[in-house]
Amino acid sequence: MMNTMNDTPFSVDKDALIRRLRLYLPPRCLLADEEDLRPYECDGLTAFRELPLVVCLPETEGQVIDILRTCHQLGVPVVARGAGTGLSGGAMPHAQGVVLSLARFNRILRVDPLARLAVVQPGVRNLAVSEAAAPHGLYYAPDPSSQIACTLGGNVAENSGGVHCLKYGLTVHNVMRIRVVSIEGEVFDMGSEGPGAPGYDMLALFIGSEGMLGVVTEITVKLVPKPELAQVVMASFTDVTKAGDAVAAIIAAGIIPAGLEMMDKPATAAVEPFVKAGYDLDAEAILLCESDGTPEEVAEEIARVTEVLQEAGASNISVSQSEAERLRFWAGRKAAFPAVGRITPDYYCMDGTIPRKRLAEMLSAIADMERKYGLRCANVFHAGDGNLHPLIMYDASEPGNWERAEAFGAEILELSVALGGSITGEHGVGIEKINQMCVQYATPELDAFRGIKRAFDEQGLLNPGKAVPSLHRCAEYGRMHVHRGQLKFPELERF
Amino acid sequence: MTLDEMVQAVRTAHDSQSALRIRGAGSKDFYGGMLSGEPLDVGGYRGIAAYEPTELYITARCGTPLAEIEAVLAEQGQLLAFEPPRFTGASVGGCVAAGLSGPRRLQAGGVRDFMLGAKLVDGTGQVLNFGGQVMKNVAGYDVSRLLAGSMGTLGVLAEVTLKVLPRPTAEQTLVFAMGVDEAISRLNHWGGQPLPISASFWHDGQLWLRLSGARAAVDAAMHKLGGTEAADGGNFWASVREQTHPAFAADILWRLALPSTAGDPGLDGLRAIEWGGALRWYAGEQEAARGAAARLGGHATLYRSPESLRCLEGAFAPLSPAMLALHRRLKKSFDPKGILNPGRLYAEF
Repeated sequence: MMNTMNDTPFSVDKDALIRRLRLYLPPRCLLADEEDLRPYECDGLTAFRELPLVVCLPETEGQVIDILRTCHQLGVPVVARGAGTGLSGGAMPHAQGVVLSLARFNRILRVDPLARLAVVQPGVRNLAVSEAAAPHGLYYAPDPSSQIACTLGGNVAENSGGVHCLKYGLTVHNVMRIRVVSIEGEVFDMGSEGPGAPGYDMLALFIGSEGMLGVVTEITVKLVPKPELAQVVMASFTDVTKAGDAVAAIIAAGIIPAGLEMMDKPATAAVEPFVKAGYDLDAEAILLCESDGTPEEVAEEIARVTEVLQEAGASNISVSQSEAERLRFWAGRKAAFPAVGRITPDYYCMDGTIPRKRLAEMLSAIADMERKYGLRCANVFHAGDGNLHPLIMYDASEPGNWERAEAFGAEILELSVALGGSITGEHGVGIEKINQMCVQYATPELDAFRGIKRAFDEQGLLNPGKAVPSLHRCAEYGRMHVHRGQLKFPELERF
Repeated sequence: MTLDEMVQAVRTAHDSQSALRIRGAGSKDFYGGMLSGEPLDVGGYRGIAAYEPTELYITARCGTPLAEIEAVLAEQGQLLAFEPPRFTGASVGGCVAAGLSGPRRLQAGGVRDFMLGAKLVDGTGQVLNFGGQVMKNVAGYDVSRLLAGSMGTLGVLAEVTLKVLPRPTAEQTLVFAMGVDEAISRLNHWGGQPLPISASFWHDGQLWLRLSGARAAVDAAMHKLGGTEAADGGNFWASVREQTHPAFAADILWRLALPSTAGDPGLDGLRAIEWGGALRWYAGEQEAARGAAARLGGHATLYRSPESLRCLEGAFAPLSPAMLALHRRLKKSFDPKGILNPGRLYAEF
């Protein structure tokens, strides 16, 4: 069953919609010609594409309210969009709907160095917040790999992570307050600039809700002091199990590193010719372990990490001796996706999380799947928090190739669940993993999600067809799995 | 009590539309709105279901005493970083439902920041599993975190999974003599520097700071900050965490959560300041507390008081009509008959 199965039919009168929207939006804020709509047909997951009826580019919160009220009255689906860098098709348009782009909400409204917070509009880029805070010795901690382009609004929608989230947390740990417009055009403040807010923790519920519950128009983020020093240890291992054990040993030693990343041999092989980071190409896996803090703290932690890695059987260890060298060590990890993109026409990035101790099992299962599907796969891993990004290499121009990549990915995700993990650690469900939601959650939990959705958006107009599958979809997907005899691990409880 | 018995009790109450008052150890009966309904004692559903130190999580049934959990964690050199108050034998279910965090919240975050997963019995008696045991999981809405502070109004928390962290290798407490304005200003300036401050407490002209982290970092910070070293930091912070410090001794106690830089709200009876300036405690009747907190961008909770006053004022700051309506819709989706802890969060549901 295709993920794009249309289980959210709407019937919208495009001309009537445009007539209404013109009452509120000047021509520069409303796109309806096909050539103007084309750039919005997909997000970072280019395998899924759809043209919307119109794209709105509001410039004020009042216009956002007018657009949402109009869509609510006319029963029109709305897909909010930031920079469109998401990897799960969360911002893929609805064919009968409006794309609400927050691109023009691009102002940093306030940086308060004493209170250590910034108030920004949702279209502000992630990295721009840290740049604005830098003169005060502060920065915004979550750093998804797309941080030069992705927006804070998108980060809120996806609960984005990054390479430093084991120590510094996800978006949900670093956002204090959001201002939200509901589909009915009502404005809500969730959270506050103090600790917590009265009532339910709506902020926690909203973050990561993938544009299903409302549209964010303002965000207050926490800023944290920039550490005085950061240094990274790079260690090589002759097998991935040892590398996985080394990660557990670091945690067991009471160390929470600022970053803890792993790459397997296919990943370093792809990266090294491209970036020349100095990776050990003979190693089956390399680990990057970053320590930050005061110079005294870093020296102490690096010494302990080095000791643990030696005991764990690292074949080679080097410590960055300068900021330039630290950045070079990281450059390879940060360039892993584009580097893989150089050696294959297309690649498909997965995002499962697993308990760290199951890593070796997962990697050996992936190696089997490479043979089964006849496709190669490189693995990069946020080892510290168990978030694995297998990069499945395929060629979209070859018939049947994408379908095999998609099946390969689905098998990885379903194995993640079976190993006690999740289908997505930071990229979101979107349209991509909508079928696997039926695997991770049973009917009562999915019903609870649908109940939450109805509490915010009774008609189901916000980002329909994403994140939470319909009852019908799960029935179809489950039936198909059993029919093909492929239902995995039927004895396991699903949650 | 077993999970099945819990489910049966909720189903029976659901079918007869009778209210249940969920009770763990009963250590926070003083907190929140009115207590009503037939007691559902879940304190007997206890025990640590899973603990994996290197995966940084612990899963425990709701009635498990915090003291038991923290003793098990301590054996592995780990802790609950949000330092919840234990009061008289508090259990982990109540800890999550009330959402109260202790002194380390300043540095580490609150209860919700450590929620990884929950097993919930909803208001119809269904068992629901949300989240899991991994650090990162963005599949589905983050219901686990929503449950922190929900006062048991969305379901009976049968089991929770919490992220745990290593215990800092070194801790030191410093004391400074200073007035309230200077304390707030200093705390905010220090907060912007890479200092390992894990707790702060101001009371009656004195400011206590706790430094936690690597030995080298704590030593360097002590050198930089000055002040006087306190001899018995451990017991001092326990008295703050458990609110046995004399600053908390009042029949009526207001808790103001404010932006850390907020100026004087203009109330008498300031007893203590925690969390780098963001948490302020006032004693006595405070008619102006709610308005003053809201003007400063925060909110005021009537934390401890005679029940009659709490019934009159409401324990928690009132919600806007639209936000209240949203709360009711959410409540209804988890507990359609409104049987779980009615009135414990807001009188309206």
